[in-house]
Amino acid sequence: MNAANAKLLSIVGGAGAVYLGLAVLMGVLPGAWLSRTPPGPGVKPLTAEEDLGREVYVSEGCSYCHTQQVRPLSTDTPFGRPSAPGDFAYQTPELLGSERNGPDLTNIGARQPSTVWQYMHLYQPRSVVPQSIMPAFPWLFRVVDRLPPGETAVPIPKAYAPEHGFVIPTKRGKALVAYLLSLKQPPLPGQKALAPTAPAAPAASAEANAAAPAGANAAAGAKLFADRCAVCHGATGEGVPGAFPSLKGDPVVNAASAKEQIRTVLFGLQGKKIGDTSYSAAMPPFADQLSDDDIMQIINHERSSWGNHAPLITAKDVAAERSSKP
Amino acid sequence: MAGPADAPSVSEPNKAEEERALVAIFSAYTVSATFWLIVATAVGLLVAVKFIFPDFATSPLASFGRLRPIHTNGTFFAWASPALVGLALYIAARSSGTRLYSPRLAWIALILLNLAALCGTITLDLGYNAGDQEYREWLWWIRVIFGAGIALTTWNLIATVATREDEDLYLSNWYTISATIQAIIITLVALLPWYQIGLGQVAVQGYFMHNAVGMWFTPITLGIFYYALPKLLNRPIYSYSLGILAFWTNLIFYPIIGSHHFLFSPLPWWLQTTAIVFSIAMVVPVAGGSANFLLTMQGRGDWMYRSPAMFFLVGVLGYFFGSVQGSVEALRSMQQIWHLTNYTVSHSHLTMYGFVTFTIWGGIYALLPRATGREPYNLLVGVHFWLSTVGMMIYVVALGIGGTEQGLDWIRGAPFIESVVDQTPYWLWRAVGGGLMFLGHLVFAFNVWSMIWGPVRAAEPVPAAAGVPA
Ligand code: HEC
Ligand code: HEC
Repeated sequence: MNAANAKLLSIVGGAGAVYLGLAVLMGVLPGAWLSRTPPGPGVKPLTAEEDLGREVYVSEGCSYCHTQQVRPLSTDTPFGRPSAPGDFAYQTPELLGSERNGPDLTNIGARQPSTVWQYMHLYQPRSVVPQSIMPAFPWLFRVVDRLPPGETAVPIPKAYAPEHGFVIPTKRGKALVAYLLSLKQPPLPGQKALAPTAPAAPAASAEANAAAPAGANAAAGAKLFADRCAVCHGATGEGVPGAFPSLKGDPVVNAASAKEQIRTVLFGLQGKKIGDTSYSAAMPPFADQLSDDDIMQIINHERSSWGNHAPLITAKDVAAERSSKP
Repeated sequence: MAGPADAPSVSEPNKAEEERALVAIFSAYTVSATFWLIVATAVGLLVAVKFIFPDFATSPLASFGRLRPIHTNGTFFAWASPALVGLALYIAARSSGTRLYSPRLAWIALILLNLAALCGTITLDLGYNAGDQEYREWLWWIRVIFGAGIALTTWNLIATVATREDEDLYLSNWYTISATIQAIIITLVALLPWYQIGLGQVAVQGYFMHNAVGMWFTPITLGIFYYALPKLLNRPIYSYSLGILAFWTNLIFYPIIGSHHFLFSPLPWWLQTTAIVFSIAMVVPVAGGSANFLLTMQGRGDWMYRSPAMFFLVGVLGYFFGSVQGSVEALRSMQQIWHLTNYTVSHSHLTMYGFVTFTIWGGIYALLPRATGREPYNLLVGVHFWLSTVGMMIYVVALGIGGTEQGLDWIRGAPFIESVVDQTPYWLWRAVGGGLMFLGHLVFAFNVWSMIWGPVRAAEPVPAAAGVPA
């Protein structure tokens, strides 16, 4: 070998060897080590259907807008407890994501457990969240003229529904929703299942405070409603005709006794005819997710907004109903 | 070393033949890359529009989740990579004063790279995504095809410079050849599955996405700089040894910082902290490289502003600001605001577009006309420059501000949907910026045509010449 090529070899070979070492050190070894992280308590592998749903999720590129990692930061508290290493044991490919154009989905199965809502939202996000920029996925559904036995039609609002026929999810659509509903964080050992009470919101106007019982806070109620209820009942409480009832002028919300309203929020509701409509969706129970205080704030918000005028309640009222489980 | 190129008795017609082969290869790589630039950025524009009109073109084949990886992989591996390989091959032969070792290998590599691009684009559009992990969404066998194309290129580059006459190896080749070797290692590490389960894959993804940018695109792009800029300005690079310092520091610091993409994730805290520390150390190679280029340009302002050297100016600035921004972003306090927001998208366009793409353009405008003897129309080069520069500025500034606002919305604890609604004006400006950039690409495509098939036109002579690499 001549001098020129010795030089070439030492530069190119030297740099290549250094880089190979660093690649093993910074890529392969941490990968190998972390691949052996055992599953955390309560972290289960997916069922076959959920697994197919995960494939649909990957194939449609949901993770370009949705993360699945909850950071230990205040910004992330709405999405669940901070992710722990053991949460990812069965997640290959990993779907942590790098962009949060839409909310984090780590705990979406707990936050939004209604299949009907999920179907409506996937068929046309704007049918339930008007300002949404999420793409519609109508190809996860098909339109039939007659409902096959055992199928329920997705209650798509008129503006977005096909000319005629019923919208039902395909196998892939069902699998995707099964996967989304499987996304629930198991509580960490020593952690209470109940979500912590929302951090104190900025003080509401003195006027609102004067009218409300001790502890009530109009801003906190509005925020909790926006976070937890507005996806179905709409930001202005008007719901989605045919799919989710309006709470504006609703008899239960305006009743002098709040008992039924409190129980609905705590334990959910299904199959009740409201006005002339029976709703195919269910109202999810919130007993596990919201504290008595949160529920009090939300209910008082409903009882004093959108033209509703009904007596307000205290957290004790909620506690009383919670302890008398059906 | 015995090789066909050693034969000292190359006859004149033979030499002309070799020359033609080299120019044909350089041209073919440029044309193919330009084609994919148009495709990938048309897709990018469509994706940008979908943020404003989410119900525009609702169909599986035109859906956001499938088009976005087509845009990113297309710009990375179908536009930038082949364009850079074409330049690197040309530079290897020219700076070594020899012929290209094997035109045939170069053609096969070009076919492989295009095959990968075609298969990758089609399969992604049909919904075959390897796992939604950025820049490695192509199915494994497609990435093998791509890797094979790069491996052939490595062989060709090494064999070409091995037959050079000088003992010295021109700095450009350090960068380009090392980059191709690193690309092979990166591709392999990303492909093998054994250490990529659950959280392990998160660590590998942090390594991969970062190294693909910093150990493939960055060094090969810098290699173009070190050759084309002195050529264009007709003066040697300001400091050769500074270039060597930047080479080694980049090699050692950069690979360590990948996991800064997963700050606050469940990845081990020490891994994240090491990444942050070395992210700051990256200021050394970045400042060294940038200063070197700027000092090379110094005093040439009178002439530069109407030459393709302007592309290099944007390239250096993109390199410097994009990288410093990357270092600052890596601080935990900054990440609290910017991580997961559109700010990241702004950053990647400043680097992959402002730095890499502008440098490729500078390289092509500097070298292709010399190779073919056909100058592009100066006016149209200017039109391309300004469309792309202004478009990029709008893009980067809009998403930079928008991403900051998005992060602040989250910190404020606003309902999530507010952070979506607040982005609307910025997304609109992004689409406007992207539209200008795309128009610029159409003009560039025409300029490529005129540099290869247009009328024969000689370049305006550049004043002064001393110590330019052969
Ligand atoms: C272009 C970005 C984008 C893509 C792609 C996207 N989403 Fe969304 N997604 C959003 C936005 C924005 C929201 C918030 C507004 C809303 O609820 O529609 C959202 C909300 C959601 C929600 C409700 C979250 C909550 O906390 O209420 C779910 C569930 C969801 N998306 C699932 C999906 C699935 C599944 C896919 C892939 C099939 C997907 N998204 C693809 C942007 C996107
Ligand atoms: C997944 C969608 C969904 C969410 C989220 C949701 N609801 Fe409901 N809600 C419904 C449906 C559907 C009904 C009607 C059920 C029926 O008629 O059987 C309902 C009924 C109600 C009713 C009873 C109305 C009546 O006249 O009986 C109240 C009160 C109510 N919801 C309050 C809330 C509050 C408060 C929240 C937030 C904590 C909330 N809902 C969240 C879907 C939802």
